[in-house]
Amino acid sequence: MRRLLPHPLLSLSLTVLWLLLVNSFSAGALVLGALLGWLIPFATSRFWPEAITVRQPGVLLRFLGVFAWDIVRGSFQVAWLILRGPARLQPAFVEVPLALKTDLGISLLANTISLTPGTVSAQLSADRQVLLVHTLNTDDPVALIIEIKQRYETPLRQIFEPENRS
Amino acid sequence: MSAMTDILLSLLILTGALFTFVGSLGLARLRDFYTRLHGPTKATTLGVGCLLVASAVVFSLEGDGLSLHEILVTLFLFITAPVSAHLLARAALHLKVKSLAPAPERPASSPARD
Repeated sequence: MRRLLPHPLLSLSLTVLWLLLVNSFSAGALVLGALLGWLIPFATSRFWPEAITVRQPGVLLRFLGVFAWDIVRGSFQVAWLILRGPARLQPAFVEVPLALKTDLGISLLANTISLTPGTVSAQLSADRQVLLVHTLNTDDPVALIIEIKQRYETPLRQIFEPENRS
Repeated sequence: MSAMTDILLSLLILTGALFTFVGSLGLARLRDFYTRLHGPTKATTLGVGCLLVASAVVFSLEGDGLSLHEILVTLFLFITAPVSAHLLARAALHLKVKSLAPAPERPASSPARD
């Protein structure tokens, strides 16, 4: 099973992606999509050293909810900050110490940080222990670090790295 | 389409346009490279999101069947936007672009594993 279908989740997403691209649900499209979903993971296997498993779907759903809400909330904040004028901004670099270990976890956290308005992940340290984040406006960098760790990193660890939980 | 959907759609498009505009305004108004990065990459997330929802609703009501291409646009946008923002920020750190925020102590050129 493992060898025939190395990344079931990836195959499933590729099939759905194909169906969306075709924008139709005919049997032919489904077969072609399933075939692509089966073959592409083999062609790109070097990008996926570890199998992706979602341990806690409930936590994942809640995480997506929090994420969507933060995009809306953050967009309003950034829009307000831009309209209010740049003179009163307090931009800062903050260093977020990482508890996540896997490539997938770290890249998902970095993407989440960059997508939520007001913060961009700028650089991962060479030892992969610290993520450098630039924020548009903060008066309390420590609170920002704690927020990032609690809101995003903790659920990501529960979903993708339960064995590393300390 | 009923008047209700018309109003709803207009609201969505106006909100989307407004956020996209404010994002671009940020690009012009903000004062250093790093803060400018936030305007166009972020405020547009919600702006483009609103426009895409409106588009999906219009073409689902007028065309034949559900229009789901917009989900793809959102997906690709959400995958590519943070990557490009991250690369821009990293390149700027590497080149030691002038920054309003105090620059990080860690040497900017330390190579991350990638």
